Amino acid sequence: MLIVAERINSSRKSIARALETNDINFIQAEASSQAEAGADYIDVNAGTFINDELDRLKWAVEVVQEAVDLPLCIDSPDPAVIGAVFPLVKRSPMINSITLEPLRLEGILPLVAEHGTKVIGLCQSEDTMAETAEEKLRLASQLVERVMKAGIPLDNLYIDPLVYPLATNPQSALATIEAIGRIMEEFHGVHTICGLTNISYGLPKRKLINRTFLVTAISRGLDAVILDPTDNHLFGALKAALALISKDEYCIDYIGAFREGRLG
Amino acid sequence: MSDTIQQIKDAVITRQRTEIQGLVTRAIEEEIDPKSIIDQGLIAAMDVIGKQFSDSEIFVPEMLVSALTMKLGLETVKPLLKAEESEPRGTIIVGTVKGDIHDIGKNIVKMMLEGAGFEVVDLGVDLTVEKLIEQIEAIGPDILGLSALLTTAMPEMKRAVQELRAKGLEVKVMVGGAPVTDSFAEEIGADGYGADATEAVVLARQLIGV
Repeated sequence: MLIVAERINSSRKSIARALETNDINFIQAEASSQAEAGADYIDVNAGTFINDELDRLKWAVEVVQEAVDLPLCIDSPDPAVIGAVFPLVKRSPMINSITLEPLRLEGILPLVAEHGTKVIGLCQSEDTMAETAEEKLRLASQLVERVMKAGIPLDNLYIDPLVYPLATNPQSALATIEAIGRIMEEFHGVHTICGLTNISYGLPKRKLINRTFLVTAISRGLDAVILDPTDNHLFGALKAALALISKDEYCIDYIGAFREGRLG
Repeated sequence: MSDTIQQIKDAVITRQRTEIQGLVTRAIEEEIDPKSIIDQGLIAAMDVIGKQFSDSEIFVPEMLVSALTMKLGLETVKPLLKAEESEPRGTIIVGTVKGDIHDIGKNIVKMMLEGAGFEVVDLGVDLTVEKLIEQIEAIGPDILGLSALLTTAMPEMKRAVQELRAKGLEVKVMVGGAPVTDSFAEEIGADGYGADATEAVVLARQLIGV
């Protein structure tokens, strides 16, 4: 299970403030704590800065790389921003993200192909927010096609079927989970990834919904996730789910996480 | 207020989806004026629901089910309205601006506006200014409601308002969404800002004067 750590995102107020005031210590502490908590990639996002997203993101990338040895997940919808950040990155990053929108595909896929990086592909096109499993699968198949045509191995594609709030669509979790299962069956070698916070919008005890959703998604084959690894209840649910589906033989990781006090 | 109207109001508030149409039918049989069924029963209930939501007493799905209940009741009583009574309180176009496809907030606002008796035309998401202008000219709404979740879509909101004003279109504009504030609304020349769906309803009533 590949973990992309989500905390360094400017939509969080504390992060936005740290990016505005160049608070190196704060950003580096966020990076280190997520690295220690088991992150594989550190997501870096400055998307709420309309006019100077690039400068803030560049600064954050440099600062995070000073603090941790992990690769980054460069998080921007803007191909120009991703292209400009690329030369600063020390370890092969993950790109977050492409959609089927032509500008994003054409701007980002060549970079991904040339540098052999991983990329997240959202099941979203210019005119479709895929809400049903069928729509998600249809867009996933188009992503697979475009990525292969660009000469990128499927092993580097992480398909995000997207998840919409359960509060406003009673079928939304089922649609995403069903799509994960079918994507993993139909496109051999591809990965699926998902964020967890959207699902619980408008509901009480959101974290309970988030981690239960994670467990059901893992049971259908989800093999990467965007989350906060420092949340021990969430991390514990992740470890337990992997043990239950036999992706942690003899529960060795689960027991290890217990010894480290990581099971919530 | 008659007992039956009170029961209709309670049924919407407590989300009795299977009961509502029977209650409305009973009210009709009791020869209660259809307009009263709607105003004092169904719409009055949604005002209570809106307040409960604003006060964080209920959650989004509970509000949704109340709105569904309200709609079911409305379907039963609407055919009985006299022509002049079935005129909506006003027409409102809603949508998200170019660059933003997040429509959950907009959908909730739409539902509450409908619950308050407005005719709502939902243009969907990711709307160009050109498309907005075209639809405003075609439909002639009283109000345009624009929503954005992304900060990156806020300049587009500003541009939309500027273009509408430049064209001289006489439509009130109300804006909302997570990053939008009162001062931003003022700065871009919108007629009002609603922090949530309930405020949007209050604002729409003020702007139209109903």
